[in-house]
Amino acid sequence: MLSRIRKLKEAGVVGINNRNRGYIMPHNPRRLYARVDDKVETKRLAIAAGIAVPELYGLIKVVREAKDFARLVDGRQDFVVKPAHGSGGKGILVITDRRRDMYVKGDGHALSAAEVQHHIENVLGGVYSLGGQPDQAIIEYRVKFDRVFEQVSYRGVPDIRVLVYRGVPAMAMLRLPTRRSDGRANLHQGAVGAGIDMLSGATTLAVCQNRHIVEHPDFGTALGGLVIPGWPQLLLLAARCQDLAPLGYLGVDMVLDAELGPLILELNARPGLGIQIANGRGLRGTLDYIDAVAPLPGEASARVAVMQDYHKGLRTTARA
Amino acid sequence: MKRLQATILALLVTVAALGLMYAKISRLGLPLLPHQLQQVWSVEAKIEFDASRHATVVDFDIPDKLGDFVRLDEYFISRGYGLHVGIRHHDRRAEWSTRQARGSQRLYYRLEAVPQSDDETVDPPKPRALAPPLAPVYAEPLASAIQDTLGDVRDESANVFTFVSQTLVKLNALTPGDNIMVIRENLDRASEQWVGRLIYVLAGAGINARMVRGVLLEDRRASQHLTPWLEVHNGSRWEGFDPQSGNRGYPDNFLRWSVGDEPLLHIEGGRNYGVSFSVSRYAKSPTMVARARGVANDSLLASTMLFNLPVNTQNVYRVLLMVPFGALVVAFMRTIVGLPTLGTFMPILIAIAFRETELAWGMALFVLITSAGLSLRFYLERLQLLLVPRLCSVLVLVVLLMVIISLACGKLGIDRGFSIALFPIVILTMVIERMSVIWEESGPGQALKEGLGSLSVAVLGYLVMKNEYLTHLVFLFPESLLILLAVFILMGRYTGYRLLEVARFKDIVESPSSDVKPHP
Repeated sequence: MLSRIRKLKEAGVVGINNRNRGYIMPHNPRRLYARVDDKVETKRLAIAAGIAVPELYGLIKVVREAKDFARLVDGRQDFVVKPAHGSGGKGILVITDRRRDMYVKGDGHALSAAEVQHHIENVLGGVYSLGGQPDQAIIEYRVKFDRVFEQVSYRGVPDIRVLVYRGVPAMAMLRLPTRRSDGRANLHQGAVGAGIDMLSGATTLAVCQNRHIVEHPDFGTALGGLVIPGWPQLLLLAARCQDLAPLGYLGVDMVLDAELGPLILELNARPGLGIQIANGRGLRGTLDYIDAVAPLPGEASARVAVMQDYHKGLRTTARA
Repeated sequence: MKRLQATILALLVTVAALGLMYAKISRLGLPLLPHQLQQVWSVEAKIEFDASRHATVVDFDIPDKLGDFVRLDEYFISRGYGLHVGIRHHDRRAEWSTRQARGSQRLYYRLEAVPQSDDETVDPPKPRALAPPLAPVYAEPLASAIQDTLGDVRDESANVFTFVSQTLVKLNALTPGDNIMVIRENLDRASEQWVGRLIYVLAGAGINARMVRGVLLEDRRASQHLTPWLEVHNGSRWEGFDPQSGNRGYPDNFLRWSVGDEPLLHIEGGRNYGVSFSVSRYAKSPTMVARARGVANDSLLASTMLFNLPVNTQNVYRVLLMVPFGALVVAFMRTIVGLPTLGTFMPILIAIAFRETELAWGMALFVLITSAGLSLRFYLERLQLLLVPRLCSVLVLVVLLMVIISLACGKLGIDRGFSIALFPIVILTMVIERMSVIWEESGPGQALKEGLGSLSVAVLGYLVMKNEYLTHLVFLFPESLLILLAVFILMGRYTGYRLLEVARFKDIVESPSSDVKPHP
């Protein structure tokens, strides 16, 4: 036990207490949380900054309007309902198709209009929100994910999580839904996280339920060596998100849409630590390196370069 | 900088708490352990008489100042009598009265007292000059006997006290002379009459004297009578003298009961009355002792004691003061161990509920009601109700479930079921709602994990909050909570791994399947 604690320390693994006290508290001022916790606000800021996001079909604010959702999605074959203040992927309803007056979920189940409406009412009641506060329901564009990931994701949308520290992309992983996670891309719900080499954009290790794996638990397909298309652009996009919400310790969730390219799904002010397991290394070394660079460049592309320098350095020491 | 600040704050708070505790221990004699019991004397006066079918008034002299003892408590036991306690002619008296009493009657007065500790010196009373008594006109041959005796002593003594002492020695001589025999008049020298005679004699020398009656504290002495003692005033203060030997002072075990020769007991409407005393000694919680001491001394420290509150309020605080200890368990389990719980303080509230039901029964109830509530909640989900009305529906069902359990227990003759009434239903409702949401969102595994996490933290919290030693300590020393505050401040600065994280991150350092070498 004690020897493992020592080993974890040596590997620079950051624990939750350390993350909260050492990184979130000093770098993420509370008043800015509203910008990332409220997904409507995040969307508005992103559009203003020229960053692509899934299109907003409509916003439902009060229970009385819940039954009007059908009008908002009129003529749309698919859409997503999510709480504006949700956390951990809770309360997200993905409708992939419509059959007569039924709405087909990602897992093939068909819901009646009344059931969709009930879900929206639950969202408004605050069932899925941080602190159980009454909430708003977002109805938006459903991302059609890039075919690259077809062999490694179960139903839902795979997304890319980049941990951005003080504007510098520090670590990244590809999050792949599984049967266990019920199509959601959250690690603690059972999704797979595949670490991404920051220079090449190729997946390395993978984690599921905090343990290393090499194959997708549902398909048996290899998880390593997948190259994410347009990786440099994704990194730049992640670095730019720092300008939307100047949070020093920020999780940026992006998707690759087959037609629209990279889109920002949401920002997270308390990104989890499972990303360390997915990459097989602790965060500390990277974060310390970024802290040592002074002053950090203002340009997003220059900040990406800081990260690249760091990883090139790592590669040379590893070879030597 | 912030680290130092937090450490200094924690240190200051701890020092303040320990200082206050030390002051209370040393000045008030408060015990640190609940079982350091102290010897307490219990003196019971039994008044017996035959009632005469008329209105009856029993007037009884009860102690005010106990000499070297401190009164802890007193009890009046009398069925069907009205009681009035008051001071009359500097005497504390109890008056029992009833309109009608028949047959032989018994009234009890019980007093509990402990020896005064050495550091408790009662302020000496203000010197008060007394007018010398009128010299009695003695009849012969008493007059000359007294004159001769007092004259002899006067030559040999320097002040009033030595004079009295000498006189008493002479009057109690083993081989008395003629003068002494005249004065003794065959009186029993252990009786009140003898003390009365002494006062009478001393008045001839212009000396103020009075009788004091007290109980000699000896364990298990039944049917004792009060022992008369002589007290003499030297112009500035009173001093006690043994009427049989002339020794100054009082016996160590002398508990002062009354002053003066007023009758101890007076009964209107009763015959054949008498009073007897019994003494016993037992060990009592020192908390009570310290409390009584504090009241007797009226010290500022003592005024911070929770014993000054009404008993009901005290009992509330006994629970309330333990809540931070429950919070300590929660904080420890969450920040150091990393166990997930439903909400931060929910485990504490469940633990408080366990206090009412006892552990095993409380856990059974918790599991029973939560699982029943969960299945009902899943059914309600199908009806697609709005959040708040749905929560309220679950609440109604929880209450009804409790009623059913209580009724069933009543039928089966298990009285435990009734204590369920205090189980916090709102908390249970919230537990059910949160668990069902987690169930749907993260699967039954996560829901059970958090439910069991909450339950185990609640059980631990209960065990800590029920700890007799802690309860005793925090009730006597509420300032000890400041130490807890210091612990919380320091815990808030903890940035080490949570114990469960060590298992979670295992694969980073010990992965067998790692095909990419971790970076240094």
